[in-house]
Amino acid sequence: MATYAPPIPQVSARRADPEARGWTSWITTTDHKRIGIMYMVTTFVFFCLGGTEALLIRLQLGAPSNTLVTPEIYNQLFTMHGTTMIFLFVVPMMAGLGNYFLPLMIGARDMAFPRLNALSYWLLLTGGIVFYASLFWHPPEAGWTSYPPLSEALYSPSGGQDAWIYLIHLTGLSSLLGAINFYATIANMRARGMSWGRLPLFVWALLTYSVLLIFALPVIAGAVTMLLTDRHFGTHFFDPTEGGSPLLWQNLFWFFGHPEVYIMVLPGFGIVSEILPVFARKPIFGYKAIAASTVAIAFLGFLTWAHHMFTTPIPEAILVFVMLSSFLIAVPTGVKMLNWIATLWRGTIEFKTPLLFCAGFIALFLIGGISGVFLAIFPVDWQLNETYFVVAHIHFVLVGGAVFPIFAAIYYWFPKITGRMLGEGLGKLSFWLMFVGVVVTFLIQHVIGMDGMPRRVYEYDNVGHLALYNQISTVGSFILAAGVAVTILNVWRSLKIGAIAGPDPWKANTLEWFTPSPPPVNNFDVIPVVRSAEPMKDIRHEVQRRSTGAARGAPVPAGATQVGP
Amino acid sequence: MLAFFTPSSGASPNAQEIHTLFVITLVIALIIFFAVEIALGYALIKFRKRKHAVPAQIRGNTRLEVSWTAAAAVILLGLAILTFVKLSSIQDPPNSGPGGASLSDLGEQNNLIYASNQRKLPPNGKALEIQVIGRQYIWQFVYPGANEPDGLGAPYSYEEMVVPTDTTVELNIVSEDVVHSWWVPELGGKFQAVPGYHNYTWFKVSKPGVFHGQCAFLCGRGHARMIATVRALAPAQFEEWLARQKQLIAEANREAAAARQKLDKETGPGQVENP
Repeated sequence: MATYAPPIPQVSARRADPEARGWTSWITTTDHKRIGIMYMVTTFVFFCLGGTEALLIRLQLGAPSNTLVTPEIYNQLFTMHGTTMIFLFVVPMMAGLGNYFLPLMIGARDMAFPRLNALSYWLLLTGGIVFYASLFWHPPEAGWTSYPPLSEALYSPSGGQDAWIYLIHLTGLSSLLGAINFYATIANMRARGMSWGRLPLFVWALLTYSVLLIFALPVIAGAVTMLLTDRHFGTHFFDPTEGGSPLLWQNLFWFFGHPEVYIMVLPGFGIVSEILPVFARKPIFGYKAIAASTVAIAFLGFLTWAHHMFTTPIPEAILVFVMLSSFLIAVPTGVKMLNWIATLWRGTIEFKTPLLFCAGFIALFLIGGISGVFLAIFPVDWQLNETYFVVAHIHFVLVGGAVFPIFAAIYYWFPKITGRMLGEGLGKLSFWLMFVGVVVTFLIQHVIGMDGMPRRVYEYDNVGHLALYNQISTVGSFILAAGVAVTILNVWRSLKIGAIAGPDPWKANTLEWFTPSPPPVNNFDVIPVVRSAEPMKDIRHEVQRRSTGAARGAPVPAGATQVGP
Repeated sequence: MLAFFTPSSGASPNAQEIHTLFVITLVIALIIFFAVEIALGYALIKFRKRKHAVPAQIRGNTRLEVSWTAAAAVILLGLAILTFVKLSSIQDPPNSGPGGASLSDLGEQNNLIYASNQRKLPPNGKALEIQVIGRQYIWQFVYPGANEPDGLGAPYSYEEMVVPTDTTVELNIVSEDVVHSWWVPELGGKFQAVPGYHNYTWFKVSKPGVFHGQCAFLCGRGHARMIATVRALAPAQFEEWLARQKQLIAEANREAAAARQKLDKETGPGQVENP
């Protein structure tokens, strides 16, 4: 029994054209896989830049009344950090993963609009360059939320604020085109037999991500255009001295900004829903509930934006409505958490790095979800709003809910992209450093906030235990950074000497594992007919049934699933 | 034991009620937190891959899924009811105590042309109204006591607000430039000072003391140094302070006017700008 090895289905790509080589082939490519790789590499570079900014922020706050950076540079650092992580890392990283894996998972040969796809990438890169070019002049310093009047020309005269506006425009257009492309691809190019009820959950998440982007992005595009005309062409949309309203910006910004949170975490939910069943060797628990709760979260996400505005002058009826709608969103989110744990329940869990990152995601995102309930109770929010409690909350939500799934995805799909496995030892080291780093950095920040420290302050007095708490947080941020560095080392090492992966190293459930690693240009010579939500499992069973017909009746080992009679 | 994990409070009833609401929520949250984390940890350890173990091919359980959806909804409904129960004690200012400062009636003077949220007044309509003005990077506090009908001549102070104890203090929060946020943790929640809008809150301090806070919304490079202090005095001392403050401001104004006249004489009229 120990020698049992289920046969691995192999498909060779005889009819594929040889792949073009050289740098011109990369900048002219319309292949979704190459575009996906360019997305992922570019966004990871921005992740490292945003992380460096975060470390500088933590260094400045590591001691009370520190003078490492000036207030001006400090404001620039947190503005760059927030904007980079949201617009140049998490959202486009999900687009990159989607670009690479969406067509493979639904059995398509490319995206619906390959040239539009390339345009999406180049718009993203341009946006990133425009934004980071401001480093050489004067970076923006009004925060990633850029509330007017502070972001108006009177108070932020520098071009950095305009660079921020153009970043929103360019990355927004990139995401909008990408979202339309995802939607068209999912709606039209699924393999035969892949009905909506058999769509992989990551694809469900990308579909929802796309719809959210299509609804939310035009609003922020309009808002930043109004800010641009206020700054340069004499309009007064947000200028109270001329009849404009700063609250209008807050409403428009958060109408986009709150769904943006779900744009960032829903694909992460999808990744986790793909990976957990593979390593628990069990089907996902409650496929329909998970797909439905994804859609429910997306819908409710458009009704809760004013919970970012609980301390502004708004009517009480709105406060109550938004508290209730924010509570409501906790229900489908809680359902997902329990479904994931139920997926692990009575499985045979293999502790590979992707699974560890998914388990870490559940453990950390839970904290972010629960602290979100505190912030939804508006009288409690009056105390916690705009303090380090909120900083802790968003980082448990986004590091737990988006960065950990992204790292799970890197470890899970790296073999498919490169044909080589990432090292398990380094992977586990990276996971534990990152997990401990997140807990040490951000848990104490709840207390920092409740002790009265607002966010976005470049210094604080040494009252109470603030100095100690901030030191703990700073130490944690370097542990977290070390964890990320170990993964970078792991990737660099595995590109050269990683073990050869083969087409289906994890014995996974979805169609991307049907084709060789890395996949040929045309993805599949033959696209299989899909008969369930786990087509690859069906294919393995079929191959096994045909090739080991004689061995029928033998005990089925762990790792394989029961073969029907 | 959990005291360090709760927001600051203790000096004003609204902060106290928010604290109570927070603590009840925290207890419920901790129960859920530990239940879920323990379930996750148990599943990971108990169901790790072993020899001869066969994974159960379960695809869902409608009854279980419906019941935990309902359970989550019920817990949140409970929290919503709790919030509604506590809301009036947090939002609605009480009457001043018998030992409080003497006050003017605020009921009739709500004739603002600006948009504002609903302003809450104590049942008897009497409170000490202080206007809180945010500007880069200092708080100004304007007290009642204007001696001219257009509101000029009211006593004011910067950075430190002085209030009488046992008196309901209404804050009328405005901004003259960018968005700021008023916050003294021990005296209740924060409220944004948005230019073009009035925002209101209140507090009532029972014992003399000094309470520290600072601007809680990014307002520019000096944001971290935009501090706010509230000093509570016995009503008699407060009246004394207010009279003295008024006198000091009047003296300073006279000195400034004299200095201006002197400069006008030396350099010729029109050379010195009027403030």
